[in-house]
Amino acid sequence: MKKSAQKIRERIIETGLFLSAVSSVFITLGIVIILAYESFGFFMAVPVTEFLTGTVWTPLFADPRFGILPLVSGTLLITSIALSVALPVGLISAIYLSEYAPHRLRETIKPVLELLAAVPTVVYGYFALLFLTPLLQELLPDLSGFNAISPGIIMGVMIVPYVSSVSEDAMKAVPMYIREGSYAMGATKLQTAFKVVIPAAFSGIAAAFIMGISRAIGETMVVAIAAGMMPNFTFNPMEPVQTLTSYIVQVSLGDVPHGTIEYKTIFAAGMTLFLMTLFFNIIGFWLRKRIREAY
Amino acid sequence: MKDIKKRIAFNKFKDYSFRVLGLLSTFVGLALLFALIADLFMEGAPRISYKFFASFPSRFPEEAGILSAWVGTLLIMLVTAFAAIPLGVAAGIYLEEYAKKNWLTDIIEINIANLAGVPSIIYGLLALGMFVYFFKFGESVLTGGLALALLILPMVIMATREAIRAIPNSIREASYALGATKWQTVWWHIIPYSTGGILTGIIIGLSRAIGETAPIITVGALTFIAFLPTPPVSSDFPFISFKWLFDPFTVMPIQIFNWVSRPQQEFHVNAAAAGIVLLCMTLLMNAAAIYIRYRFRKKIKW
Repeated sequence: MKKSAQKIRERIIETGLFLSAVSSVFITLGIVIILAYESFGFFMAVPVTEFLTGTVWTPLFADPRFGILPLVSGTLLITSIALSVALPVGLISAIYLSEYAPHRLRETIKPVLELLAAVPTVVYGYFALLFLTPLLQELLPDLSGFNAISPGIIMGVMIVPYVSSVSEDAMKAVPMYIREGSYAMGATKLQTAFKVVIPAAFSGIAAAFIMGISRAIGETMVVAIAAGMMPNFTFNPMEPVQTLTSYIVQVSLGDVPHGTIEYKTIFAAGMTLFLMTLFFNIIGFWLRKRIREAY
Repeated sequence: MKDIKKRIAFNKFKDYSFRVLGLLSTFVGLALLFALIADLFMEGAPRISYKFFASFPSRFPEEAGILSAWVGTLLIMLVTAFAAIPLGVAAGIYLEEYAKKNWLTDIIEINIANLAGVPSIIYGLLALGMFVYFFKFGESVLTGGLALALLILPMVIMATREAIRAIPNSIREASYALGATKWQTVWWHIIPYSTGGILTGIIIGLSRAIGETAPIITVGALTFIAFLPTPPVSSDFPFISFKWLFDPFTVMPIQIFNWVSRPQQEFHVNAAAAGIVLLCMTLLMNAAAIYIRYRFRKKIKW
């Protein structure tokens, strides 16, 4: 009798734990359903072709235009500025930590670099707007107060730890005997790093880069604070721009009634953002899976 | 011969230069962190006083404070912790101890990895569509807390799994050998031994949530709130009230955002001061996490 009561209890607990694990799938479903449902309402009113090819984005004006390209160009511009900082710096730092740095230094510096990820992004935004922009204006006098370059650089430094720590893990996974083979041939550490370790850890490093891209695309507050809120179809880093994320922030700050076309625009922008990051996440996932198979 | 020596010297020089470059690149992040902290303190430190913590926001920068912001942050964190911890730990236990290797488990795992890469503002849109308008929770503490709970759920699950994975199989086998059921093993052995790792993950997750701004803006937190939510304890029957869950709110990062976005310099000082407070909160939580990880690692020897 006692035995069967215990069995039932075990079943109930297992079911409860299972439901908790499955709930994470429902979060994804929830995201997809909500974004699809509200965007569907948006695309009933605005033709998809206008949305994808229009170069003017003024949904809050009296004469609304719904071309997403200015927001996409703003997102890509800031992302590329951030990546041109984060990728070289992150990769060089990863090579240094994995191949050159003494053990003690590596163990001390890694937790400290993790703190960079702990700083709230709104504080980074403050820093970009009120510290870096005035500094850059000294160098480039015609830089406007809101611009793409300053939040781009800050965002780049922000994602360096992500890029470097994932790349470093990939390089650490390269077996020692491969390096030893290279040293035995008389190669320097630098030659070994670039000709042997990096090619061997390639998919891991690529996954780190992809992760950095996806993070830069989705970053919100630095851009919302320091890039200005101007949908601007340009690739000039000196001008103010708006990204997909900062547009959503702008609309959410105002008082937009539920169910209107303006309300639905943030879901259309969110859908675009979600698909962009999903694309990169899938590539990154696939690359990481390949590393695990390599050795 | 001379040619070779020259080449070796050149290669050694390149090697050395790269070492310097690598050290510099590693310290770029650190330099930014120091510049940021120094800048915040120089701007904001004089503004921090008892009055700053005890005043509501105001049109006059010298009188404005962060009372409603820090109370809001505290309440939101309470909701987030209550929602994310049980769900995340349970999911982590299931995936490590119970899950069979099949397509459903694969889907759950891929899904969690993907959720960790979804931008935080998307969680805000989810919460806006689901909690605000579908479940009709309104733009309330409950909605904000749940939005952040969903955001840190993947982090809590992954931390739980990592902590459980570190427990050697001999512990489980010893427990089964004494006739314990699966759940008894989990409850009396797996959970206690992985507490340190799980706790560390939870604290780091919450410290991420405390600084998150975007999803909270999306669910419609107000930027100007000059009142506190209903107190949870009252002198009248039934003494405990949950009305605060449905009150409008603001949080620290939103208050900072609001002050930064104003043109007047005086408000920027307030933003820096509030930034110091928020930064201290997150850094303290991270320090606590590192300490717990250290303590538990020392205590347990397999």
